[in-house]
Amino acid sequence: MRRVVVTGLGVIAPNGHGLEEFENALRKSVSGIRFIDKLAELKFGCQVGGIPESVENKLPNYFTEEELLAMNEGMIYTGIAGIDAWKDAGLNVPEKNGDVVNWDAGCAVGVGLGGMDTISEKLIPKIAAGKVRRMGSTMVEQCMTSAITAKLSGLLALGNQVTTNSSACNTGTEAIVDSYNRIKFGLADKMLAGGAEGSSPYTWGGFDGMKVLCSDFNDTPQEASRPMSESAGGFIPGSGCGILLLESLESAEKRGARIYAEIIGSSLNCGGHRMGGSMTAPNPTSVQNCIKNAMNEAGITGDQVDAINGHLTATMADPIEVDNWSKGLNRSADNFPYINSTKSLIGHCLGAAGSIESVASVLQLHKGFVHKSLNCEDLHEKIQPYAKSVVQETKDVDIKILAKASFGFGDVNGCIIYKKWD
Amino acid sequence: MEDKEIFDKIVGIIGPFAKNKENVANVSDGSNILKDFEVNSSRLVDIILALEDEFDIEISDEEAEKIETIGDAVNLIKEKV
Repeated sequence: MRRVVVTGLGVIAPNGHGLEEFENALRKSVSGIRFIDKLAELKFGCQVGGIPESVENKLPNYFTEEELLAMNEGMIYTGIAGIDAWKDAGLNVPEKNGDVVNWDAGCAVGVGLGGMDTISEKLIPKIAAGKVRRMGSTMVEQCMTSAITAKLSGLLALGNQVTTNSSACNTGTEAIVDSYNRIKFGLADKMLAGGAEGSSPYTWGGFDGMKVLCSDFNDTPQEASRPMSESAGGFIPGSGCGILLLESLESAEKRGARIYAEIIGSSLNCGGHRMGGSMTAPNPTSVQNCIKNAMNEAGITGDQVDAINGHLTATMADPIEVDNWSKGLNRSADNFPYINSTKSLIGHCLGAAGSIESVASVLQLHKGFVHKSLNCEDLHEKIQPYAKSVVQETKDVDIKILAKASFGFGDVNGCIIYKKWD
Repeated sequence: MEDKEIFDKIVGIIGPFAKNKENVANVSDGSNILKDFEVNSSRLVDIILALEDEFDIEISDEEAEKIETIGDAVNLIKEKV
């Protein structure tokens, strides 16, 4: 088995684009949650959300005019984060008309609900009006679930496996685990791994209809995303993309690459909608097994985990999650690692969540800090025993091992153990 | 409509689809849309739709298939406007 390290990071999030801006936002608790006029116009209960800012101005730095004719929001976010991660790893963006194919590099970037902007604004209206002939040539390449990675492979001439996975809110984490395994087993040297999600109201509407979005803080958007809080009333939708360039240690050392962290263990599983699990609720046993399996692969015990970057969405599942971490790590409340929720700053970016939060996790390990979990001054009563572990103020601390997990509709779970590279 | 006006409008429509902007800048009647401008062949559908909208005409599939150069497009549109 080969060792797998993180050598590049790319992120476009509601509170920052690029590593410098994103790290600054994490450290200074900059919220990316804003009032969204369109949601109010459409009479959503939740009228706030997280959308990356000023993307339009950045486009000429990444894409040609011709490319942009067939790129929707998810494809753009993936392209930006993917190219950023590639360059951050010290790799050259290949010539558009050249013959160089990076046979040793692929990508797995997932999405929750792909191409929804194109589907809702172009595909369905044209077909419903009987105008299929006037739809043009770009619908399939934007609406197919694999649109984001199909485009990314062309931008970077990727010649290894190119795929888009989907497992609801576990999508981004799953993509990283799958990519890690592909490199571990020697099938690729480099994988761009992560998740992306657009901000179409048609993506978010289903969740609003379920009443799982928070509608109590429309007038104070930055207070709306409240993981672990007693006054949490549902999650806040977000969008963007996070991508990690994973690489075999052998390849990274050979080219003298800067290494951020090592993935030392991971796990994916499902609760089978049994033992308390359902389409929308996690089976606690499967969550705890997922955490334990990741630690087993890493060859560590729970007491070696310094910090947790939780799934922690700001729903009633937060206290259950904290309890699962306690049981999975075998760490009681008085001996619990740091825990924070990046969603408190950016909302729940659905298919992109696990990957943007993994970028935050790796940055915290690499730079030696844990970021404040915003809006949880009033901790949920069942989380209060863990109060000293909940990061209420950003602090510099030399964490060595961080556990990142995501849980998704369908009772699916993913956990990754990141270790600081010294 | 003057030939020059038709020509300029066609080039304006095709320009964004072209990968080779240099050849677009040096366009002539004989410029081949696929080879010289390096337009992805699947995008011809979008160009035809845009020409139909711009000139308020209909272009059949058979007519579209015969368009190879800018001059071909100008001649076809001249017949229809």
